[in-house]
Amino acid sequence: MADKIGIYVCHCGSNIAGTIDVEEVARWAGKNIEGVVVSRDYKFMCSSLGQQMIEDDIRKEGLTGVVVGACSPHLHEKTFRNACKRAGLNPFLCQMTNLREHVSWVNSDKAAGTKKAKALIFASAERVKRQKPLEPMEVEVNPATLVVGGGIAGLQATLELADAGYPVYLVEREPSIGGHMAQFDKTFPTLDCSACILTPKMSEVGQHENVTLLTYSELEEVSGSVGNFKVKIRKKARYIDYDKCTGCGICTEKCPRKVIDDVFEAGMGYRKAIYSPFPQAVPRIPVIDTENCTWFTRGKCQVCSKVCPTDAVDYDQKDETVELNVGNIIMATGWKLFDCKRVPQYGFGRLANVYTSMEFERLCNAAGPTSGKIVMRDGKTEPKSVAIVHCVGSRDVTSNPYCSGVCCMAALKFGHLVLEKTKAEVYSFYIDMRTPMKEYEEFYQRLLGEGMHFIRGKVAEVTDAARRPEEHGKLIVQAEDTLLGKQRRIPVDMVILMGGLEPQADAKELGIKCGLSCSMAGWYTERHPKLDPVATMTDGVFVAGVCQGPKDIPASVAQGAAAAARVAGMIAKGIVTIEPIVASIDEENCSGCRICNDLCPFNAIEYDEEKKVSRVITALCKGCGTCVAACPAGVITGAHFNNEQIFAEIDGILWDAREEATV
Amino acid sequence: MSDKPKGKLAFYWAASCGGCDISLLAIDEKILDVAEAFDIVLWPCATDGKVRDVEKMADGEIDVCLFNGGIRTSEQEYMAQLLRRKSKVLVAFGSCACEGCIPGLANMNTRQEVFDTVYKEGSATMPENPQDVRPQPATKMPEGTLHLPIFYDTLKTLDQTVEVDYYLPGCPPEADNIWNAIVAILESKLPPKGSVIGLNTTVCEECPRTRGEKKIKKFYRTWEIIPDEETCLLEQGLLCCGIATRAGCGALCPEVNSPCIGCHGANDGVADFGARLMSALASVIDSDDPDEIRRIIEEGIPDPVGNFYRFSLAASQLRRKKKSQNA
Repeated sequence: MADKIGIYVCHCGSNIAGTIDVEEVARWAGKNIEGVVVSRDYKFMCSSLGQQMIEDDIRKEGLTGVVVGACSPHLHEKTFRNACKRAGLNPFLCQMTNLREHVSWVNSDKAAGTKKAKALIFASAERVKRQKPLEPMEVEVNPATLVVGGGIAGLQATLELADAGYPVYLVEREPSIGGHMAQFDKTFPTLDCSACILTPKMSEVGQHENVTLLTYSELEEVSGSVGNFKVKIRKKARYIDYDKCTGCGICTEKCPRKVIDDVFEAGMGYRKAIYSPFPQAVPRIPVIDTENCTWFTRGKCQVCSKVCPTDAVDYDQKDETVELNVGNIIMATGWKLFDCKRVPQYGFGRLANVYTSMEFERLCNAAGPTSGKIVMRDGKTEPKSVAIVHCVGSRDVTSNPYCSGVCCMAALKFGHLVLEKTKAEVYSFYIDMRTPMKEYEEFYQRLLGEGMHFIRGKVAEVTDAARRPEEHGKLIVQAEDTLLGKQRRIPVDMVILMGGLEPQADAKELGIKCGLSCSMAGWYTERHPKLDPVATMTDGVFVAGVCQGPKDIPASVAQGAAAAARVAGMIAKGIVTIEPIVASIDEENCSGCRICNDLCPFNAIEYDEEKKVSRVITALCKGCGTCVAACPAGVITGAHFNNEQIFAEIDGILWDAREEATV
Repeated sequence: MSDKPKGKLAFYWAASCGGCDISLLAIDEKILDVAEAFDIVLWPCATDGKVRDVEKMADGEIDVCLFNGGIRTSEQEYMAQLLRRKSKVLVAFGSCACEGCIPGLANMNTRQEVFDTVYKEGSATMPENPQDVRPQPATKMPEGTLHLPIFYDTLKTLDQTVEVDYYLPGCPPEADNIWNAIVAILESKLPPKGSVIGLNTTVCEECPRTRGEKKIKKFYRTWEIIPDEETCLLEQGLLCCGIATRAGCGALCPEVNSPCIGCHGANDGVADFGARLMSALASVIDSDDPDEIRRIIEEGIPDPVGNFYRFSLAASQLRRKKKSQNA
C-alpha cells in the first residue's frame, strides 16, 4: 500500500512560530517528502480543533501515518495518539517531532531553526512510513502492595490501603515500626507529643487484619513489573520465636548485658543485648543483638532463655527469605541524619556539650534517658545558656547544597522546650529563617516573643579556647552577625547542631533494585517534580516521605496517602495496559550465546536450557533496548525501534547531506 | 552426463591471498561434478583463460562468476566491472570480496604509508632502493609507455564497486558451504538476491561448549592461558568473536580450543560487525567503575581494530582511518 502521510506543524502560539518559519516547513514538507499527501500548520495542534483537523484528514485522505511537529512527546504524545485512534488509525502510526524543546527553545536563528525543523520532520516522516501498528497488552494487577519503610509516610500509606480492604506487606529494617517520628519528643508547630499521635497509628498497623508486618527485615530483590512484582524479603533472625513470644519483656529486664543504644537513643542511652527499641514498639517482640550478647560472643549466659515463660528464645534461628507477589511497591525509606563530625570546626564528638539535633530530641524526651530533663553530659547540670546552630550539613557547598527544610522549625521547637524547661538563655544562629508552612511563621513569632535570641549568621566555629575571662569553661560560638555587621562570640554551656537530612546510606542500591533513580543529592526521583510527585519512572513503584526529598511530617503523611491513593486506583481498575514497545528474540536464529541473559534490568529474559535459546518475557519487558543493543547476532528486535526505522530516521535527518553527496 | 548444455563459470581473484582458489579444490572430487556442469571460462589460478576472451563475450554470457578478493587497484576494478557485465550471477566469494578481510586492514593506512612499508629502502621487502623507486601508473620507455594498475588509497569490497548478487562468507569459505552454494545455483534454488548463502545464526549455535551468564573481569590474549575445553571461551576471558559471527563453519576454531576470530562476518541485519561485537562485550564487562573498565579494556584488548574489524574494516561504517587533513 502506498504511503499517505500527514504532516502537522504546530505554531504553539509563538513558542515555535517565533523561531521557526512553520508555514515554510509545512509547505516544503508537502512538496519534498515522498508519500506526504497533507501538510498543514496550525496555531495550536493540541487544541480540540487541531486534533479534529488530524482526525478529519485521516478519515478523508485515508492517512497511513501522521507526523506532528510540536512539543515534547512527554507532553502530548498521548493526545495525538488518541486523536489517531479515534479516527481509526493505529496510535503507533503517529510520530511526534519535538520542534519546541529541540529547536525553537534552544535556538534564536530563524533560518537555522527552520532548516533543522525540516530535517527533523523529514526524519519523522521516513520513520513513520516504517512504523508498524502495535496493540497494547493488558495485565491484571495483584491487589497486594509492598510498603518499604515503617516510618510515618510508610505507616500512612499502609493504613490507607489496608483500610480500603487491600492486603499490604510492610517491611521495616529496624525491630519496630515507627521510624524517626518515634524518637521525637514534640512536633512543631503544635507541640503535641510525637509518640502520642504516632503510637495509635503504629498499633493500628500492628493489629490490622490486612497488614502483614515484616519488621527486622530487608528488601533483597525485586523482579517483575507493574501489577505483578515478585519480591524477596530477608527476615533477619531475631532469635525469638515470633509465635511463642508474648512481649512480656522479662528477658530484657533480666539480661545482664547493657549496651549503648546508637540507633533509637542516638547514643544517649542504654539498651540490653536482648531488646525492644522502645516501650511502645510494634511488634513487642524483642531481638538479640548478637554482637553484644554474652551467649553469642562468649558462649555463656542464656539468662533470657531461662527466664522466658513461654520458651520463646531460639539461639539457632537463621535468617529467612520470604517471597511475595505484589502488584505495586511504595518506597518510604526515609532518611538519616547528617554526620555532624563532618564539620569538625563545630566540635561534635570532640567537645562534650555539643549535641546533634537527634541527641537533643532524646534528651528532652520524657521517655528518654534523662526522663526529659535538659542536662549536660555530666547528667545533672542544667545549662544556663544554649546555642542552636542551623544548617549543619545543609545549604553548604562543602556538604549538601540543598535546604533540609525542617531544621529551622525543629530549632524553634528546641528553643521553646529549653525556655520552658530551664532558665537558660537560648541563641539561634541562622542563615535564613525558613518557616513557610501553615502556622510555622506564627510559631517563629511566638519564639521571638518568648525571648529566644536570633543571630543571623553562619557559625564559623565552636570552640573551648577562651579569650576573655567570661569565656572560661564555656563553649564559645563565633559567627558574623550579618544584621549588625560584626563578629560575635557567644559563650554558652550547650550547643545543638541542627544536622541536615540525608538519603539513607543504601538508598541508591535499594533504588536500583526496584528501578528508581536518584537525584544528585541521592533522593529518589519522582516522575514529575510538580505534576506527578509520588509516581516514578518505573510503573507500579511509588515514593513517599523524605526518601523523595526533605519534608516535614504533614508532607510525609500527605505523600504516603497520595501514594496509597495511586495504588488503590490501580487495584480498583484491576488491569494495567502495557505499552507494546517491547523486545522480541528471533528464536530460530538465536544461538544461545547468553550475552543478553544478565543484562535485563527487569529480569525479563529467560534462557531455555532445553532449546538453548533466550526468550523475552513480554509482560516484564519495558522496551528499554539494552538487550537489542547487546545482541551480537542482531536477532533481538525492539518493536517501534527496529534498525530499519532508526536508520530511516537518521537518513531523513541527513536529507540535505545526502543530496550533497550525490552531487 | 545430462543433455543440458553446459553453463559457463568464471572464478576470479582480486586483492586476496589465493586461499579462496585453494578452498574451491577442497570440495575434493566434487570438483569433477563442477567441471561436468560448467565450462570454466576463466580461472587464472588454474586454467589458461584470457581477459580478452572474456571481453569478447556477450553481456550476461557467463552464468556464474565466483569473485574472490577486494578491490585495491584499477585493474581489479576493471575486472570486477567486466565480470559483472558478463555474468548473470555474481557471487562475492570469501571474506575479502564480502567485507575486505585482512587486506582491508590496510585502510588503517594511506597508500603512501603502504608504499613506504614495502618500497622504502631498508624495509623488510626492499633492503636496497637508493633512488626510492616507486611503482608508477605510467613509465615512458624508449619502446613506448609501460602501464601499471593504479594502486588505490582505500580498499573497497566487491559490492562497494559493483552490484553483487550473493555472498559466500568465510576466510576461506568452507567446502560444504561452497558445495551447497553450487548445488543451489545448479538447481536454481537460490535465496532472494543480495542474500548471504548460508545460516543466519552465530557460531555459538554450533559450538559444543557450555555457556552460562557472562561476566568478564579480565580479557586474556590467547598465549596467556590454556583454556578449559568444556566452558565457553568468552566466559574464560578470551575474546571469542563467535557470539557475533555467522555460523556455518561448525565452530572450527572453538572446537580446537582457540577463540573464533570472526571470519564469517556478521549476521543478516547487522550493519557493522565490530560495533555489534563491541556493544555486546561492553555489556558483559563486570564492573561499574570507569577506571577499572578502562583498565580491563586497555590491558585485554590492545588492538581493538585488529580484534573487532579484523575481517570487516573495509565493509564497516568506518571503512577506513580518517585521512589526515594535510596528507
